[in-house]
Amino acid sequence: MELTTIWFLLVAVLFTGYFILEGFDFGVGMLLPVLGRDDRERRVLINTIGPVWDGNEVWLITAGGAMFAAFPEWYATLFSGFYLPLLLILLALIARGVAFEYRHKRPEASWKRRWDAAIVVGSLLPAILWGVAFANILRGVPLDADHEYVGGLLNLLNPYALLGGATTLALFLTHGAVFIALKTTGDIRERAGALAVRLGVGAAVLAVGFLTWTLSIRSSAAAVVLAVGAALALLGGLAAARVRREGWAFTGTAVAIGLAVATLFAALFPNVLPSTLDAAGTLTATNAASTPYTLKIMTWVAVIFTPVVLAYQGWTYWVFRKRIGVANIPQH
Amino acid sequence: MDALDVARWQFGVTTVYHFLFVPLTIGLSVLVAILQTMWHRTGNERYLKLTKFYGKLFLINFAMGVVTGIVQEFQFGMNWSDYSRFVGDVFGAPLAIEALVAFFLESTFIGLWIFGWDRLPKRAHLASIWAAAIGTNLSAYFILAANSFMQNPVGYRINADTGRAELTDFPAVLTNKVALITFPHTLAGSFLVAGSLVTAVGLWHVIRNRGSADTGAYRFATKFGSWVVLVASAAVLFTGDIQGKIMTDVQPMKMAAAEGLYTTESPASFSVLTVGSLDGSREVFAIKIPYLLSYLGTGDPNGTVHGINDLQAQYATQYGAGSYTPIIPVTYWSFRFMIAFGMAAGAIALLVLWSQRKGRTPSSKWLLRAGLAMPVLPLLANSFGWIFTEMGRQPWIVFGEMLTRNGVSRSVSLAEVLTSFTAFTLIYATLAVIEVKLLLRYAKAGVPDVSEQPPTDDTDDAERPLAFAY
Repeated sequence: MELTTIWFLLVAVLFTGYFILEGFDFGVGMLLPVLGRDDRERRVLINTIGPVWDGNEVWLITAGGAMFAAFPEWYATLFSGFYLPLLLILLALIARGVAFEYRHKRPEASWKRRWDAAIVVGSLLPAILWGVAFANILRGVPLDADHEYVGGLLNLLNPYALLGGATTLALFLTHGAVFIALKTTGDIRERAGALAVRLGVGAAVLAVGFLTWTLSIRSSAAAVVLAVGAALALLGGLAAARVRREGWAFTGTAVAIGLAVATLFAALFPNVLPSTLDAAGTLTATNAASTPYTLKIMTWVAVIFTPVVLAYQGWTYWVFRKRIGVANIPQH
Repeated sequence: MDALDVARWQFGVTTVYHFLFVPLTIGLSVLVAILQTMWHRTGNERYLKLTKFYGKLFLINFAMGVVTGIVQEFQFGMNWSDYSRFVGDVFGAPLAIEALVAFFLESTFIGLWIFGWDRLPKRAHLASIWAAAIGTNLSAYFILAANSFMQNPVGYRINADTGRAELTDFPAVLTNKVALITFPHTLAGSFLVAGSLVTAVGLWHVIRNRGSADTGAYRFATKFGSWVVLVASAAVLFTGDIQGKIMTDVQPMKMAAAEGLYTTESPASFSVLTVGSLDGSREVFAIKIPYLLSYLGTGDPNGTVHGINDLQAQYATQYGAGSYTPIIPVTYWSFRFMIAFGMAAGAIALLVLWSQRKGRTPSSKWLLRAGLAMPVLPLLANSFGWIFTEMGRQPWIVFGEMLTRNGVSRSVSLAEVLTSFTAFTLIYATLAVIEVKLLLRYAKAGVPDVSEQPPTDDTDDAERPLAFAY
């Protein structure tokens, strides 16, 4: 396989991992006021992701770094072109990350209320905007022959992209609810399980609509198979959620999100950012790539370190595998 | 004002801001790991209290470092897309490796450390803080290797067809002599900050919290922090000296700009204070130490140090007409502030140690004031050091290869950059106030009571409160 293809796959894997992992973080954040009826319950919710959210977010940093190193043109055009959505995502991630750490640092209700708002908005914005951004990548954007983005902000807010945003929002909400049901005990667990099913139905409708529209824009055999797999995994997850088999439900939503992201990348390949104007403006895995020498070095580093990272991150989830409930929340 | 100016201001503000948190993360992670190791080795509760106490301050700071760091990575693509296109082949690799090798380690193990007090065996928990500390320090190395390429590009060639830099020798990029010296200098500067914080907080409790049952712990912290500051000061001087010589070699204009040295001199004297004309093009008044600059720059008291005017003329011939001179007052003063603020922290650490000699308890309110200023001084020194390094490289974004003005994003409008600059400045300013207040609150609260630890028997495990929860 060509190095550029390997790196296209690696970037796809990194974003897939990011959306699976931070997807439930976002879901938990957004459901904070819905499932957490008092402070102790909200603390239960936050603590289900407390030990892992930071490590999950590194998937994004690594994906960004890999894109920069392996496909500088893609990174440069995308990040400068999707300027305002990315700015909003950054501001949201800042507010949300600090909120997790600072929320419990003072006892006042007003203090906690503000950080709760930061967590909710900080999770909601990226949950929508990532969908909008990836839908636009797939749909293509106006790029001139120098690969510069020449559309405005409004260009990014087309119906297809907005459907993409609604889809990621619904998927992450469902994924988050399923995760909460998996990681908590007692009343919260019950409510999360019931909510997951209701959210999941909406997510399934949106996801099927969005993936169908996606495949009508551009498609490949692999993309069709992956999309069907995503839909089946989501339905399987929902069925499991209905009968409160939380482990299977979580596996289902995780696989569904993973395959949905994979569908986008499979449909996109070999392009990385198609131009809707001049075909010469289209960025591909070949014309956006770094030199073979750089890709070779990066491949070696990835081959050696990725398994190590997966091992210790997996171990973290094992360490914090226990469910928690309101009884486990200390007074301070 | 155009998009370029705003993009530069945004980079300056967000980077200096980010680097207020980074040195504490680098230094304090190691110091907390050392304290926890001491507890592990001796079983003395005092060290456990200090681990938890400084660990809390470390985490308040750590959160800010994490969230402001993501901005740094995204900013290259958002505001500096032509720069990213030009250097991506070379510059992207260390950033990606930093994320994969260092950030994952740091972020994953910090989570294990924060929440793992009752979930991990003691040894594994101790190993977690060390893993996080190692990750943090490793990340500094990769990011400095990337920055050093901008100061002294090595291991690359320019592709004539694409006009872009292409990596030819990755080991050369990682062993760039600028990176090899900037790394220890930055670490030393970071330990200066961390040691100062440990000292200042300890000293405050020693003086204000007299008779507390934990005085012994605070006294220890004060001494421990002071020694760290002293050793770090020595390391800063030593590495800074070597760095100066390397800088004179690879970026002579930066050295000349640090000094406001307009004409080539051999031997060259070091200016303690120079007042220049308003446009910064010639000196009006100066106090100088003979031979010192020659020694700092070349290691030989009679060595030649090139002046701004000669270098400007040489670069104009080499790179074409234009100004190749940084803004002299900025480089001149930031260089001096860096040295002065850094050394002041070292001097106060000596005073603090002296005040506690042979078991004495200091009580001077002047010493307390000086002690409280301690963490701020090396933070300023670090900021001015970076301002000097980056402003001294101007007008280049990659020395000798790309001008800063050619690196900015062409597709991003002034309104967009202004929006982003304003948004970051506002959110950063708000968070700074919140962060400092929290730090002060928790610093004043003092060491925690560690005797309240939950029983270790495993009965009724499901109902037991977590050792730590958000």
